[in-house]
Amino acid sequence: MSKKVLAMLMATATVASTFAPMVGAEDAAEGKVLNIYCWNDEFQTRVKDHFPGYTEVDATHGTIGDVDVVWTITPTTDNAYQNNLDEKLLGQADAAADDKIDLFLLEADYALKYVGSDFTMPVADLGITDEDTAQQFQYTKDIVTDANGVLKGLSWQGCPAVLIYRRDIANEVLGSDDPETVQAAVADWDTFLATAAQMKDAGYLMTAGAADTFRVFSNNVTSKWVTDDNKINIDENIMNWVDLSKQMIDNGYTTTAALWGDDWSKGFYEDGNVFCYFGPAWFFDFSMAGDAEGSVGINGGWAVTEGPQPFFWGGTWIAAATGTDNPTLVADIMKTLTCDQEVMTAIAQTKGDFVNNQAAMEALATDESFGDKILGGQNPISMFLAGIGSIDMSYLSNYDQGCNESFQTAMNNYFEGNATLEEAIELFNTSVIEKYPELSPADVPAAE
Amino acid sequence: MKQHKSKVVSYNKWGYIFLAPFAITYIIFSLIPLITTVYNSFFENYRSGLTQIGPNFVGLGNFATLLSNGDLAMYFSNTMIMWVMGFIPQILLSLLLGAWFSDPQLRLKCAGFFKSVIYLPNLIMASAFAMLFFTLFSDTGPINSILISLGIGQFKFMTHVWSVRALVAFMNLLMWFGNTTILLMAGMLGIDTALFEAAQVDGATSTQVFFKITLPLLRPILIYVMITSLVGGLQMFDVPQILTNGSGDPMRSSMTLIMYLNKHLFSKNYGLAGALSVLLFFITGILSLIVFKVTNTKVE
Repeated sequence: MSKKVLAMLMATATVASTFAPMVGAEDAAEGKVLNIYCWNDEFQTRVKDHFPGYTEVDATHGTIGDVDVVWTITPTTDNAYQNNLDEKLLGQADAAADDKIDLFLLEADYALKYVGSDFTMPVADLGITDEDTAQQFQYTKDIVTDANGVLKGLSWQGCPAVLIYRRDIANEVLGSDDPETVQAAVADWDTFLATAAQMKDAGYLMTAGAADTFRVFSNNVTSKWVTDDNKINIDENIMNWVDLSKQMIDNGYTTTAALWGDDWSKGFYEDGNVFCYFGPAWFFDFSMAGDAEGSVGINGGWAVTEGPQPFFWGGTWIAAATGTDNPTLVADIMKTLTCDQEVMTAIAQTKGDFVNNQAAMEALATDESFGDKILGGQNPISMFLAGIGSIDMSYLSNYDQGCNESFQTAMNNYFEGNATLEEAIELFNTSVIEKYPELSPADVPAAE
Repeated sequence: MKQHKSKVVSYNKWGYIFLAPFAITYIIFSLIPLITTVYNSFFENYRSGLTQIGPNFVGLGNFATLLSNGDLAMYFSNTMIMWVMGFIPQILLSLLLGAWFSDPQLRLKCAGFFKSVIYLPNLIMASAFAMLFFTLFSDTGPINSILISLGIGQFKFMTHVWSVRALVAFMNLLMWFGNTTILLMAGMLGIDTALFEAAQVDGATSTQVFFKITLPLLRPILIYVMITSLVGGLQMFDVPQILTNGSGDPMRSSMTLIMYLNKHLFSKNYGLAGALSVLLFFITGILSLIVFKVTNTKVE
């Protein structure tokens, strides 16, 4: 009974607020199945905790009113998520209404691929106005704006990233776990290297793997991965990363461990020996085993500081699929989870997410009572707000994900001493052209 | 007379009916894909992002692309090296175990139990098996912990050409020696025991019996084992794919032909992948023929 009432209330509310002039009459005919495509359960948790009326049935099913919500969760590894999504999207026009994708999630690395296509709906068509999104950070909108200036997705989080360090190691090696002291020791890449040497003498690794610093460099590039005439281009700053990483690995300051692997994530635990990681709010909030027994995070053993250079990492965008049979519900989910300041504040307070709402974040930045449990009560918001202005999304390309992955894999051979730099770059060329056959190889620098 | 003739026809009919399920399944799931693969290999046909490129007819262009860079030869030799590294110890081990299990004089206890045990690794999914080894031999994994506590020091298994290849070969050996043992054992049990008894009466040692009687009579089964293992070896994929996270590192020295084929999945490159498959088809055919000819001529 109460479910029914709730469903009716919701339907009326959404129709009244967003769709009254457009599809009010069609509302009754909307689909009974909402298909959501994503790669982990982060968004699912947000919906569960903050979308009114969502009831969980099991890990991949839920209901909103009388609509069944079906979650299709495919991991991003080996491009599986996109492969699956692409197949479904290309068959979207012919699929039965209940099988059509209604809503899917995107990452910055490949957002352009979908935003530039007709498979994503302009958010204006869903009834979401510029006014609704006014408090969102501009760069989060730039990423999902197509070449014609049409906004096609929304995000609930910002992803300016910081340096996350272990308090106990900072106290032992640097004499203090105060963010200012640590910042002085990692202010630029030269001092970062010097600190890495100190860490090694004390028996610690500076970072878990060379891949940790990759995004700090790749986000501060001044050219795209692929030039306008379809030639692969390796930015100067990417080569700076190679130089730094080679030095760090040869000196034993870090390893070639791949992101997300066991060797890499051992540093999340008390018996690990890693001084710092780089990442945004979702990283320490969601990925650093903060609830696991024996982890550094469970006792608030981490702290953050700005680090050598500002950068961003990831971020998740919600896009409505063209052809959805649940436009009202999709619009309601997007609006509630990305525009509603109360919900945004609640997400930030309960999950430590850096949410995509300027007013909410500014209020939290000065809120003495707000602190992140994993960071031992430190309030990281002001550090994020300091970095968010410098996020420059103008050098994104359609090829970023494939290039970033191939480059790091290829360079590991150079770092491990199995190849010269030239050979590694040739391997990178080969690997990228396998993924994108239309590209021509990058110049290989002459051997010195 | 007339009646008799119609009976023959109706028997023929049953023959065709019994053949039909196989023929239909074969045509739908093997022959048609085979022909479309060959057809696809003549086209430029891939996807860049969500944009479909082609299909444009390019003749033998895809084959030229594949054969002009030396990578294909490297992936072929990687595949063969890892196969041989696994197959030689595997066949020796299987022959030894097969001979023991099939020798009634040894009176092995619990033979049935051991036969099941050696077959067990084959029941585990190859990818799960590879994942297990990946974890065991990772830089901070249990094997390295043991090495460090023994005072030998850390060895980065995944960054040395031969350690990666050896791990792949070892996994294939572990997974397949039970299967091969059972095949060889079946062959050995099929040999007339009178021959063994006659040899013993003549005073042959067990080594002589093995080399002079068992091995020559086992040849047909050995040929079968070699060819199936060779074809399986050429199709080696899941173990090195999972172990090296798809990279075939170091420097693609453990990348097999099928892993290379899989690389084209990213761009849905039906053209190049089709051409590669056709080449692989010929390579497999030629190698099988060679094995068959070489082993067969010796019999005469």
